[in-house]
Amino acid sequence: MSTAKKTVKVGELASARSGDKGNHANIGVVARDEASYEILLSRLTAVRVQDYFRELGVTRVERFELPKVQALNFLLYDALAGGASRSLRIDTQGKLLGTSLLDLVLVVEAGE
Amino acid sequence: MPLRIANAAGFLGDNLDAPRRLVESAQVDYLTIEHLAELTLSILARQREKNPAEGYTADFLDVLTSITAPLSQQPQLKIITNAGGMNPVSCAQRAEKILTAAGLGDIPIGVVTGDDLLPRLEELLAAGCEFRNLDTGEPLSAFRSPLSASVVSANAYLSARPIAEALSGKARLVITGRVADASLTLGPAMQEFGWRWDDWNRLAAASVAGHLIECGAQVTGGYSVDWKNYDLTNVGYPIAELESDGSAVITKPASSGGAVNRRTVIEQLVYEIGDPRHYLTPDVDCDFTTVEVEETVSDRVAVRGATGRPATDTYKVSLAYRDGYMASGQLLVYGHDCVDKAKACGEVILKKVEQAGFKLARTNIELLGAGAGVPGAWFWRKYQPPGEVVLRVTAHDPRREAVERFSKELAPLITSGPAGLAGYASGRPLVRPVFAYWPTLVPKELVPATVEVRKAKEWAL
Repeated sequence: MSTAKKTVKVGELASARSGDKGNHANIGVVARDEASYEILLSRLTAVRVQDYFRELGVTRVERFELPKVQALNFLLYDALAGGASRSLRIDTQGKLLGTSLLDLVLVVEAGE
Repeated sequence: MPLRIANAAGFLGDNLDAPRRLVESAQVDYLTIEHLAELTLSILARQREKNPAEGYTADFLDVLTSITAPLSQQPQLKIITNAGGMNPVSCAQRAEKILTAAGLGDIPIGVVTGDDLLPRLEELLAAGCEFRNLDTGEPLSAFRSPLSASVVSANAYLSARPIAEALSGKARLVITGRVADASLTLGPAMQEFGWRWDDWNRLAAASVAGHLIECGAQVTGGYSVDWKNYDLTNVGYPIAELESDGSAVITKPASSGGAVNRRTVIEQLVYEIGDPRHYLTPDVDCDFTTVEVEETVSDRVAVRGATGRPATDTYKVSLAYRDGYMASGQLLVYGHDCVDKAKACGEVILKKVEQAGFKLARTNIELLGAGAGVPGAWFWRKYQPPGEVVLRVTAHDPRREAVERFSKELAPLITSGPAGLAGYASGRPLVRPVFAYWPTLVPKELVPATVEVRKAKEWAL
């Protein structure tokens, strides 16, 4: 038995902003509504986020839940290639990561 | 009446007119000016090295000059800033000149010192502080001695206590060095409400409000993916209205641009945090997961429910050490073959440096406009290849002369490189020293804060 699937971008469910903590980065993802939060909770896992940003050299991703404000916080360890002062990248502080994460595509049930 | 605390600068380099515009358009009790990012102090430390009378943020003096009229017209208005940087006393001495010239020489200035651990490093090491790196666990003794050759700055994040103490000494301008950003807001709340220092939930509540406003316009519509909805040219800077029970409303001056809504507030709540159950300040261990956010009316968002646990017995320390030199140069590369052409040019530049006898320790070639912003996460790869990209080449090496040589290898491409390059007019890339970041801790008992309050004119040199 197969259920119909559809795809949805994180950006259709949430907004996001990111920043630096030394050589680590965080991405706060704020759901647009309760239903979106439930989808993010089940689909936007730490593993998905780590895989999405694998080329940055992220060593570990931790996910934290803030259900009262329907937000998730992702902590991306070693994401910044040395951080604000040592990174050789244009985005030394991970400012773009939030915007980038909004393009991650999730697969959900058609009814969700 | 709630206690109204505003923030009109979230970092050194923030809009210089924001403080004046804020106090001219809204009556607040406290105006906070936050100028110290993680590595700002290492830059200020270098300024102090060159001139012992410097090392504070010069921007603050421009800000103070711009708000002397509101300061004299609004007797309730007080200012709290960490603009003292590496030299709060010199900052007070310079502020004195501005205040005296405006007829405000009787305004008491409070100066908070004690955060600067650089002169005390050897003593603290001898006392058993290892200053282990919070990320790697490495002790500071891993540095080649003498430490003074490597470490440029080491500052403890002081708490709200010395700020509250300066205010209870009647200071109307409080100048600090490194303090926790949230403490700039908690300090006045402690002074005004007389909360106990172990009233953890209230300390957490005011710290959450401080966290929400510490980055200025980021909570009023800045840094938003919904940017099209907001007038950011006239973005208002935030005001936290605190009640004595710890509840708060985040708002902004009437008729200013931007917005304060559930989304702007929640996005800022989760900005640059780790575990939301333990947002550590020197004052309290805050739990953000109990916080509730409710938009009451337009541009007013109620924040309540923060809970706190006892603070830890350590201060966070932000230490910076010398880590060689860096330079970064850019060229515009144009044409249907721009991606391949830009990569080839980047490689030529680095090979030329190698031919000159320098194997650079770290290098990076980026193609801006072709996915360099977030390497690998090419959401736009479905688009057509770009017709132009900016080639950005960056080099980092312990030897200044190696990086200087690198900085001289972009211009030769004018004549020796391929057709379709532009952007040489900005000259050779600037070679800058690198100060790397070493996050660590120090026991609070070893770091006493000092508070001194005197009338402005009594700070005169």
